[in-house]
Amino acid sequence: MRSSFALVLLCLSASVLGDEALDRRVTSLAHELRCLVCQNQTIADSNAPLAVDLRNQIREQMAAGKSERDVIDFMVQRYGDFVLYRPPLKATTILLWAGPFAFLLLGFFFLIRFLRHRQVPAPQLSDAERAQAAKLLE
Amino acid sequence: MTKLVWTLGIFIALVALLAIGLQLNPREVPSPLIGKPAPAFDLPLLTAPDKRFSQKDMIGKVWMLNVWASWCPPCLVEHPVVTQISRSGLVPVVGLNYKDQRDDALPWLKRNGDPYQLIAFDPNGRIGIDYGVYGVPETYVIDRQGVIRYKQIGPLTPDVVQKKIEPLIKELQGAQ
Repeated sequence: MRSSFALVLLCLSASVLGDEALDRRVTSLAHELRCLVCQNQTIADSNAPLAVDLRNQIREQMAAGKSERDVIDFMVQRYGDFVLYRPPLKATTILLWAGPFAFLLLGFFFLIRFLRHRQVPAPQLSDAERAQAAKLLE
Repeated sequence: MTKLVWTLGIFIALVALLAIGLQLNPREVPSPLIGKPAPAFDLPLLTAPDKRFSQKDMIGKVWMLNVWASWCPPCLVEHPVVTQISRSGLVPVVGLNYKDQRDDALPWLKRNGDPYQLIAFDPNGRIGIDYGVYGVPETYVIDRQGVIRYKQIGPLTPDVVQKKIEPLIKELQGAQ
């Protein structure tokens, strides 16, 4: 009797733990996906009805054994790359990824050019000053 | 002098960039579904729960799928445009009633008129997800082979219908 009770408890806690692990996976993936209704929120943060539906969709698919990759593919197929908070690196997004570095290089280019062309006036000393300096150095 | 020209040039380029940026609509997310087969579904009809409709039923015809809901004010705004397209007989217009309830949707149709050839009922929005719906109303033009050729996000306007949808539908209807 006692052992069967323990077994039930064990099963219960296992399923609760399983749910918690699933919860964590759902939440972490939901943080990677953009809510298309309120575009600057993730579907984890948004309370828009669509975000709720999509969270449920993630949970359903993960509970059915789908991987993170599968769920992301499912979303991208329907909503496009825009749904990803981290846009993929490809031909159409190359400007997005390389742009900041290109601007950095451009900045260096102008900085170096500016520094090279800057004319540092050589210190001009009068004969009197020269003589004074020579005296000090002796 | 050249410095002034450079500064002015960069300034104008920057203004042009920002002006273009401001005119883009961030809500118009290009749909990855254009050129892909319309996602499969088989749903009960809003008006007759015992009957069903599938996108396969329309193979061989150019048709329009209009996603709407009674809780969506812009749907009411575009309603006269949808009605006009349907009345003109240009193309069969099928409705997809999205995340709605029969008790709300049916009186809405009674009040505003029912322009649809038939209406599929998607109360939990599951089919909406397959179609990448994120802001009703949305409208799809689907060709004879069942491929999505156009997606309108937000209400249809007479301008869009005249400039984009009508020419596209006529072109698709011309192609065998």
